[in-house]
Amino acid sequence: MAGSIQSVERAAAILRLLAGGERRLGLTDIASTLGLAKGTAHGILRTLQQEGFVEQDTASGRYQLGAELLRLGNSYLDVHELRARALVWTDDLARSSGESVYLGVLHQQGVLIVHHVFRPDDSRQVLEIGAMQPLHCTALGKVLAAYDPVAHSEALEGAREEFTPRTLTAVPDFEAVLDLTRARGWAVDLEETWDGVASVAAPIHDRRRMPVGAVGITGAVERMCENGEVRARLVAAVRDCARSVSRDLGGGRFQ
Amino acid sequence: MTDTTEAAASSHGTGPFIAAIDQGTTSSRCIVFDRDGRIVAVDQKEHEQIFPKPGWVEHDAAEIWTNVQEVVAGALDKAGITTADVKALGITNQRETTVLWDKATGEPVHNAIVWQDTRTDGLCKELGRNVGQDRFRRETGLPLASYFAGPKIRWMLDNVEGLRERAEAGEILFGTMDSWVIWNLTGGAQGGVHVTDVTNASRTLLMNLRTLDWDDKILSSMEIPAAVLPEIRSSAEVYGTAKGALEGVPVASALGDQQAALFGQTCFSKGEAKSTYGTGTFLLLNTGDEPVNSYNGLLTTVGYRIGDQKPVYALEGSIAVTGSLVQWMRDQMGLIKSAAEIETLAMSVEDNGGAYFVPAFSGLFAPYWRSDARGVIAGLTRYVTKAHIARAVLEATAWQTREIVDAMNKDSGVELTSLKVDGGMTSNNLLMQTIADALDAPVVRPMVAETTCLGAAYAAGLAVGFWQDTDELRANWRRAAEWTPRMDAADRDREYKNWLKAVERTMGWIEEEH
Repeated sequence: MAGSIQSVERAAAILRLLAGGERRLGLTDIASTLGLAKGTAHGILRTLQQEGFVEQDTASGRYQLGAELLRLGNSYLDVHELRARALVWTDDLARSSGESVYLGVLHQQGVLIVHHVFRPDDSRQVLEIGAMQPLHCTALGKVLAAYDPVAHSEALEGAREEFTPRTLTAVPDFEAVLDLTRARGWAVDLEETWDGVASVAAPIHDRRRMPVGAVGITGAVERMCENGEVRARLVAAVRDCARSVSRDLGGGRFQ
Repeated sequence: MTDTTEAAASSHGTGPFIAAIDQGTTSSRCIVFDRDGRIVAVDQKEHEQIFPKPGWVEHDAAEIWTNVQEVVAGALDKAGITTADVKALGITNQRETTVLWDKATGEPVHNAIVWQDTRTDGLCKELGRNVGQDRFRRETGLPLASYFAGPKIRWMLDNVEGLRERAEAGEILFGTMDSWVIWNLTGGAQGGVHVTDVTNASRTLLMNLRTLDWDDKILSSMEIPAAVLPEIRSSAEVYGTAKGALEGVPVASALGDQQAALFGQTCFSKGEAKSTYGTGTFLLLNTGDEPVNSYNGLLTTVGYRIGDQKPVYALEGSIAVTGSLVQWMRDQMGLIKSAAEIETLAMSVEDNGGAYFVPAFSGLFAPYWRSDARGVIAGLTRYVTKAHIARAVLEATAWQTREIVDAMNKDSGVELTSLKVDGGMTSNNLLMQTIADALDAPVVRPMVAETTCLGAAYAAGLAVGFWQDTDELRANWRRAAEWTPRMDAADRDREYKNWLKAVERTMGWIEEEH
């Protein structure tokens, strides 16, 4: 097997060994069965343990397969589960920011709005669950494109329509925005999709740090911005919300 | 819920605050609210469910009191505040659950008998004499059923050795969980106040809805000595001040949980209604300052009373199986992995494919009250898939809501203009839209999901002047989402007709046992 990496092969062999039914094996058994030095076997086991693929019984010190392996084959997060988990946090974000909140996931070539909380004033608003937003210019879309490689290629391959004079459509400009988004952990849309409207969004990750969606607020530029930038207080509120939802997904997601 | 604290506290000022205790069926919670009605901190602790026999459900009242003290301390700690920052303490509670205790020692004489407990079924039949379950309906607004507190008191007096004599001698006190918590908070055996509020008292089968006082005739029919009963007070007034850890904090509200949700949803006007979608569903309609008799299987109950203002009455309808039907699809049928997935499955088809699911698992409740009914899935063809069944599951909750709203309309003559919703199932967008379609009225979700605790906090805050009036509370209410009806009127009529046809097919399944 040309170019194969020895330590990966050995890790795979250990997993196969542990996968033989209901069993726990000690370090000595594992090392001798696979013909490895104890130190080598221990290093690989420790790495697998950090990744959650192997667990060590605290009493006996023996090893068994970890829960993470089961999750690999079962990793699709239902968007309605995402909404249920996000409900409390997004309500609180709407309250603290005074703006409307959107939760979006990648769907085909755009952002599907899976949850929407009204701006907390008495104005008439229409629920926008099920609506689509573009990937290349909205805050939600930029966050998804920055963190999810599938969203990234969809945004590059798709038509990047110029909605306003401020919409960035050229690839280098777009990539620079995504770099900035990754560097600071949030994205903005300052009148790049709708005139007079600004939005800010941050990524939601599951427990394996996989990007599963984006949450953000949208409102009039006059309220959202100060000196041409989104108010720091609003950015902080959005990021707090994203972190809370992410934490919630890590807690009991596979129960 | 600990995370709520950290995230929320950062954006709150320094107070003052109102704390609310929710003494519920499975757990006790304490939530601290700020002036805007936003949650500052939450603490929660579950208590043991005791099942001594099939159909019997008990709680250890002493354990509950310990937990209440712990969650209050826990919530204040998480909020990073002291009792000096707490302007008042409100209480909401699982309704009808009954405890009797020794006035001198504060020791419960028996485990609390929980509302779900059916041990008094036979006793209720007996108490109905030749009249049946409506014997006390005119006075109390309730049918003689095992849920309510009165028959539970009678059961303990009959079954705990020597209890009747001690009760008649004035040594024993009765309370629903509000009374138990307030008596203990305000000093217990050392001068605790023995009170209940009108909403809790309206669930005992012992209070006259018009006089708002214990009904002597019913007391003598049920053979319950008046000496055990607490004084009936309003839902929002200072009953006393706390002793011990909360020294000096006014204890200023009590409301049964569903009434508290009505209050928290700010349904202060006649014709306003809220529906709480959980395992089961409870719909309450504010009927103003006159109790409305129900001829359509609903309960008449007190909604709330603020201090010496006029009481506000409500009609109540409950649906036994709503969220639990989704759980059944998950746990018994294995058609979905999580409750939220019901929406994904249902969204994969356009309609119910002709299938209707009536979950009459333990008979039909309001407005039918048929214990001989059992669940039915009607309209099955080869075309129907599990996705159509998932649709039918959600539609079942919507049509049952419609049936209750129709019954309320008939009883009260009040047309529902919109429905305020809360509870776990409100995260299901398709369900909320389906309810709006079935009712042909907008469905509105408020921004604070914890309407029960919020209601108790609001009532306590009103009592101490933290909030001035109900208008100020209304101003706090924020719309988080609104679903407007989108269904064609002809479609709605046809679907409702089909649903009613399916309901008919559930009846008479259980044959009279001899």
